Amino acid sequence: MTTRLKLAVWKFASCDGCQLQILDCEDELLVLAEVVDIAYFKEATRHEDPGPYDLSLVEGSITTAHDAERIRQVRAQSRILVTIGACATSGGIQALKNFDDVAVYKSIVYATPAYVSSLATSTPIADHVTVDYAIPGCPIDKTMLLRFLSALLAGRKPDIPTHTACVACKHSGVACLMVRGIPCMGPVTRAGCDALCPKFARGCFGCFGPSETANVDALIAQWREMGVDEATIMRAFHTFQAWAPPFRQVGDVVKSQTSPSRGASQGQGRQGHD
Amino acid sequence: MSNRRHILNADAFDQLFDALRDAGYTTVGPTLHDGAIVYDALTCAADLPVGWIDVQEAGRYAVQDTGSGRYFDYTVGPHTWKRFLRPPREPLFEAIRSGAGVAFHAAAAPEETYALMGVRACDLAALGVLDAVLTGQTYVDTRYATRRSRAFVVAVQCARAGNTCFCVSMNTGPRASAGFDLALTELKDAGRHVFVVEVGSPRGATIAAALGLRDSTEEDWAAARAVSAATAANMGRQLDTTGLVSLLQQEAENPLWNDIAQRCLACANCTMVCPTCFCTTVEIDSDLEQTRASHTQVSDSCFHASFTQMHGGPPVRDTTSARYRQWLTHKLSTWHDQFGHSGCVGCGRCVTWCPVGIDLTAEAARLRASHEERA
Ligand code: SF4
Ligand code: SF4
Ligand code: SF4
Ligand code: SF4
Ligand code: SF4
Repeated sequence: MTTRLKLAVWKFASCDGCQLQILDCEDELLVLAEVVDIAYFKEATRHEDPGPYDLSLVEGSITTAHDAERIRQVRAQSRILVTIGACATSGGIQALKNFDDVAVYKSIVYATPAYVSSLATSTPIADHVTVDYAIPGCPIDKTMLLRFLSALLAGRKPDIPTHTACVACKHSGVACLMVRGIPCMGPVTRAGCDALCPKFARGCFGCFGPSETANVDALIAQWREMGVDEATIMRAFHTFQAWAPPFRQVGDVVKSQTSPSRGASQGQGRQGHD
Repeated sequence: MSNRRHILNADAFDQLFDALRDAGYTTVGPTLHDGAIVYDALTCAADLPVGWIDVQEAGRYAVQDTGSGRYFDYTVGPHTWKRFLRPPREPLFEAIRSGAGVAFHAAAAPEETYALMGVRACDLAALGVLDAVLTGQTYVDTRYATRRSRAFVVAVQCARAGNTCFCVSMNTGPRASAGFDLALTELKDAGRHVFVVEVGSPRGATIAAALGLRDSTEEDWAAARAVSAATAANMGRQLDTTGLVSLLQQEAENPLWNDIAQRCLACANCTMVCPTCFCTTVEIDSDLEQTRASHTQVSDSCFHASFTQMHGGPPVRDTTSARYRQWLTHKLSTWHDQFGHSGCVGCGRCVTWCPVGIDLTAEAARLRASHEERA
């Protein structure tokens, strides 16, 4: 290699968890710093080099007019732009506001709502600029990230699985929870976490977002048959990946069922998420 | 062989585990773990799910303690013997950069020598199917072949059929008559608890010789046969295979496939739990410094978009409907064209372990009914 890949890591509306996953690549971090030129990564270093960049990893969603402009600048300076995590890829947990009236929440939560300047929605990066690759997960899986970077460095097509979480679950030998009466989102959720929750007998929470064929209606029908109540069904889809189609459509049902009274008082507004 | 049938007292069952260990085998078989009967390492008879049964239905599974003290009253669970003979991830080779060149290193040959304890007739047939696919063609899966040829098979003749079992329809069970080293039929009544031991190979005879066996009587043998007859009469499911091979191919455009696709999650569980599904993909990894690359064989499924992804354009099978059709027709129809026999042995796993309870026997029956309606 003659020139090192020039890397930038950007943050938009997010919790920093995905950037932390990069820093969490402890064993590989020194090698990574050798094989790529970390030109901009505020979570790791104050040092910054100006663009253009070969590779931009983008964390976070767009929730302000300022960020909507900033992501355009990032795109303009980046040869390859990759979203990392649920926020950047599908809007994140903050996209729950897309289903509701933010002004009401603002008035409840903030002493001086006028100080808060944000858009009515939280939207994925791809709604604003062209995205070359999307690495899913809340947070991303560091092994998937390293595999992605290794493939990119080797000039190989990165392989980011889109099939269901069930596959890793079966590879690891877990006896399916659904079949044993425990609701699980694995059959509509993308692989990537190596079936972390099912391995601990917890139904999948859907952190990695919808799988390539996510048949949400069929899963919900089965959950109902298993005796799962509507509120629980709606809440399950109304988390980190709420704005990712087709989970988003389940969210619409929530809105139509609960919206009139929601937000009217703090107590009621919070009930659905407790 | 003159006397191939013997009696082993259940209270001496540990002798078999000891003899297998002494002969260098790692015994694996059914054991209770986290509310399911899975296959794992066993050291003695007490590691088996003694007294437990499984209760299976389409999309449902539970275990119950009956207190019967019987060793083998459950049927087949979420695992298959593929887990040991052909694990979901298999290293193939590593390429290591050295100077200007690249050195290739094949993965080390497998070392495991398993004794498979409690292989049911359906699963014995499934091993036969896998043998044909993985070792009977031009390209041999040498890692499977190595483990398989070494594996010692202790079959168990089922005393109880599960609600999703249909080995009788597939002509694979419930009684295994060949393909094992030893086969056990458990007999327990007020007076005694014994196994009728059938010896199926010279290797089996060697192990049998190390056990304190008695000769069996004609009555013992009749009792063992009666166990299988009763199991055969209690199959949970049925599948009419008459003319099914061509019928399914004629029904390729039947709208029922779309109806199934409405319910199907394309989650791949059915293919993953099936003891005969053999499809794999290759995963490539390399390190950040680009000094090493490795290829790993990973079990794959025809329910994945990537399975029929070609260069450019959408996958060939672009809908769940097309993918479910591939799964069902491959198992019950095109497998015959490809390998000369059925790809389904009637174990019922795909029925039980489908998270939404899609039942291959019911869907095949509906396709048949629809076919006959139009005929
Ligand atoms: S436990 Fe969940 S992830 Fe695992 S196979 Fe069942 S539905 Fe899929
Ligand atoms: S299908 Fe037949 S052989 Fe297999 S577990 Fe059921 S009864 Fe036993
Ligand atoms: S038939 Fe059942 S197990 Fe198979 S892919 Fe469809 S939903 Fe999953
Ligand atoms: S298709 Fe289903 S019943 Fe037939 S062998 Fe496979 S898992 Fe068993
Ligand atoms: S049913 Fe699908 S996964 Fe199974 S062997 Fe056939 S093509 Fe492969």
